[in-house]
Parts: sequence; C-alpha cells; structure tokens
Amino acid sequence: MTAEHTKTKLSVTGASKYYQTKTGAVHALDDVSLEVREGEFLCIIGPSGCGKTTLLWSMAGLHDLSSGRVAIDGEVITKPHPQIAMIFQDANLLPWRNLEKNIELPFELKGTKPDRARIDKLLDRVGLVGFGNKHPRELSGGMQQRASIVRSLAVDPSVLLMDEPFGALDAFTRDEMNLLIQEIWMETGKTIAFVTHSIPEAIFLADRIVVMSARPGRIASIYNVDIPRPRPVSIQTEPDFIARVMEIKTRIDNQRGQQEDHSSVA
Amino acid sequence: MSKALGETIPEFNKKGGGGADVSLSGGLSALGSAGGARTRLEILVIILVAVIIIGGAELTLTVMEVPQYILPKPSQIATALVTEWTFIWPHLLVTLFELFTGFAIGASIGFLLAAVITQFPFVEKVVTPYILLLVTTPMLALVPLLILRFGFGSEPRIIAVALASGPMVMINAATGFRRTDLAKIALARSFGANTLQIFTKIRIPMAMPMIIVGLMVGSIFGLLTTVGAEMVGGAEGLGNRLTYYSSLIRMPQFFAIILLLATIGISIYVFFFWLGKKWASWEA
Repeated sequence: MTAEHTKTKLSVTGASKYYQTKTGAVHALDDVSLEVREGEFLCIIGPSGCGKTTLLWSMAGLHDLSSGRVAIDGEVITKPHPQIAMIFQDANLLPWRNLEKNIELPFELKGTKPDRARIDKLLDRVGLVGFGNKHPRELSGGMQQRASIVRSLAVDPSVLLMDEPFGALDAFTRDEMNLLIQEIWMETGKTIAFVTHSIPEAIFLADRIVVMSARPGRIASIYNVDIPRPRPVSIQTEPDFIARVMEIKTRIDNQRGQQEDHSSVA
Repeated sequence: MSKALGETIPEFNKKGGGGADVSLSGGLSALGSAGGARTRLEILVIILVAVIIIGGAELTLTVMEVPQYILPKPSQIATALVTEWTFIWPHLLVTLFELFTGFAIGASIGFLLAAVITQFPFVEKVVTPYILLLVTTPMLALVPLLILRFGFGSEPRIIAVALASGPMVMINAATGFRRTDLAKIALARSFGANTLQIFTKIRIPMAMPMIIVGLMVGSIFGLLTTVGAEMVGGAEGLGNRLTYYSSLIRMPQFFAIILLLATIGISIYVFFFWLGKKWASWEA
C-alpha cells in the first residue's frame, strides 16, 4: 500500500494566512508545508482555531493565502480546481432542491449533462436509491451526508477534501459513515484530505495524521497509522488503538501546556 | 396542524408538527394558518359561517330599518353590482391596468436595486435612508403634484403605485439577499461556479421567501395607492367611482365597488400565497 503512495498529489508550501478583522490581523496559518500523496488518506487534526479549515479551504482554492502556495500535480491552485471536490460540514445540501437536483448541481454549474449512469451507481452504492425526489429536510443527517458524498464523487474528482463532514452526526451514524468512506476510498483510490477534531476518527481513517497546533496554526507533528485495512469498527476498542489515541492526545495536551507557558511568559 | 401529537409521524429537522403544510417564514408564517381547507366538515363550517354573517347582516339591517344611504343590505349591494356592471367594468380594467403596470415597474426596480446594493455594503448604507424615506412617506401625498406635471391620465397613478410598491419589494428582497450563507456559496464555488451562477443558483433561491413576502406587501400597497390616487383626481378607475357614488349617495353601488376592491386584494394575497408554497416551501 505504501509503494504506490509515493507520488505527491497535492502540495502545500510555506502557507501563511492572516485574516483582517476589526480588532486587527488574526494569524490563522503560519508557514505550513504539507504533501498529500497520491491515493493517500490524510487526516488533519487539531484543536478548534488551529486553522485546519483555513488550510483545507486554501487547498480547495476557495480562498487566497497571504503567502505560500498550493499545487495539484505541480499545477498551482489559485481558484477551485475541477479535480478537487469538497465535502462540507453538515452536508451543505441546498434545501430548496430535491436530492436529484442537489446531486446534479455540479453538472449544472459546469454546463454539462449529468452523468446519470455514474450517479445511479453511486446512489446505489451509498443506499440512497429511490430518494431522488425527497428534499434534504426529509432526510436524516447521515442520509444528507451520503447524498453530499454522491454529489462530490459524481463529477469524478481525483482529490476529496472533507471538512469535519461527520462532526454533527451521532456516534452510531458516524461509525457507519466512517466505514462507508473507508470502503469508497479503497474502491476508488481517491486522494483524501480529511479534517476532524476526533482523534479516534483520524486513527480509524488515516494513513497519516497531521497534528496541528493553534494560534497561529502550525504543523506540530505527523503520525503514520500502519493498521492494516479494511479496518472494522470494532478495532476502536482494541488496546493498540486506544494506546495510539492516548499517545496523540498526550502530545496535543503537552503542546498546549507549553503554549500556555509561553503565553504567560509573554 | 390540529392533529394530536401522537398521530403524527416525527420528521427529520422539521420544526413544529403537521404533515404537508409548510408555512413560509417571516410575514407569511403568521398568515399560514389561513391556507387551504381540508375536510368536508371544515368546508361546511366555513360556508355556514359566511351564510350566518351575510344573512345576519341582511336580517339586522331589515329589522332595524337602517336607511340604504347609511348601510345598504347585502342583497342591495349584489343587485347594484349586477345592474351597474356594464358601467363599472371599464373602471375595473383601468384600475387593474394601473396597478399591474405600476407594480411591474416598481417591483422590477426594487428587486434589481436590492440585488445590487446588498452586494456593496457601503452603497447600501448610503441608499438605505432614501429607501426608508420612500417606504414611510405615503405616496398618495405626491399625487396632486404628479397630476400637475402629468395631467389626469393614468401616468401619475402608475408612478405613484411604482413609488409605493417598489421600496416595499426592495427592503424585503434586500433582507433576503443579505442572508448570505458562506458555506453554500463556497459549495457552488468549489464546483467552479461564477458570480452570475452564484447569484441565480444560490442567492436568489435563498432570498426567495423574503422576495415573495416583499411582492405580496408591495402589491397590496400598490392597490391602496392606486385607489387613493384615483380618488384624488381624474375621471376613471374604481377609486374615482367611490367618490362619484358617495357624492350621489348611491350606497349600494359604492359598496359594490368596495366588494370588488376586496376581491382584488384577496386575489393578490391568494396568488402570492400559492407562489410561496410553490417556490419557497423549503423553508420550514
């Protein structure tokens, strides 16, 4: 599995980002450099306010960096790229469109005919056949997020960027969705960058975990997760898994402790 | 809505109980309960109440021997409407023409202004006081001035209607356009949407509930202004007929006109309520 993951798909080089607010500039990202390898499942984890969403949105070309650059296959990204699809928090379906129209949105925006065969196959894969004329409010959170996954995969991107997609779901649905996304990843070989603040979720899904620290957002450390796949949900209760969770958690806590020391000195 | 809680199936992310009747937000939700009768019994009760009110009025006015010039009986109003119809309907057409033309002009300008200025917060700050001035000033007050400039034809009334309805459409539509959902815009952009596509596929649908409320309020204000302007001057329109019949103390005819105006008003309401159900029912 590691051999084919050596080619860099998406690279972030020296990324810094300041937001201008009324109370002054907020330093959201500080010199972040990162490589996502082709076909890799990368999780980005960190406390809230560590700039992980900023980083992901920059990777999607949704906003500019103050300095540094993002590139896909060596091509610098300045605006959203057709090879990159984003999956948002809370599914982000358009409430005035039914499921079918929601899934056809990317095609509509590109001015192309919807790839019905592909959409139907994907709908079947995530178990949403027959819900085409339902509106988002008629579906559960898990179903909405499945629809949003279909919407993103329908245009066949090579990179999926996922911004805390399952954060609002209950624990059972979350496990289910994690399994589904693992399966889809294994079937399609997409490159995935997945932002989360759940350590177990990151360990369950990732090949590598990028741990970020807050204010300004920096990469604190990177972990390799060498647990063989497919990983069953039950793995989360095994001692080895729990040990990994504790290790990352301890590191994050230590970091935050150090930061507080620094700030008290300053 | 009246069903017991135990009988309704709980649905995802739905506020309140009740099957298919999803009422609109804001201005429409308060009126939402007026929409649609369901069972045969409900229809029967509605008809019965109407009969009691109209029949009661007829009976009371007859028994109390109220003179026709103070308050005519419903039967007299109905008779007047039928017998005078050939004289009334050209005026009805004039009023409808003025209302539609004025409203179409005012609503279009109001909608476009709302769409444009909400994109530029600074422009919005500069323009808003004047819009408020237009909203709060009764446009009827301007009619004599407009008549001096444009004469006694339809023009001054059309302008007054546009001035009365446009700002109403504008402030409501602007409220709708201001509801920017960054995540939805980001979604569209991530799939390569351009500014125009974001406007037509995200901003307009999102603003639609408030746009429809604005159109409804604006057209009702337009109706008031049309009739008022016709009462001020000129020789045509239902407003003119009101002054005409009242000056002759022909009260059955006077009330027949009132009945027509009420019908126009209710039709406007029903139309926009229907439009809201069709285009904006997603907002529970």
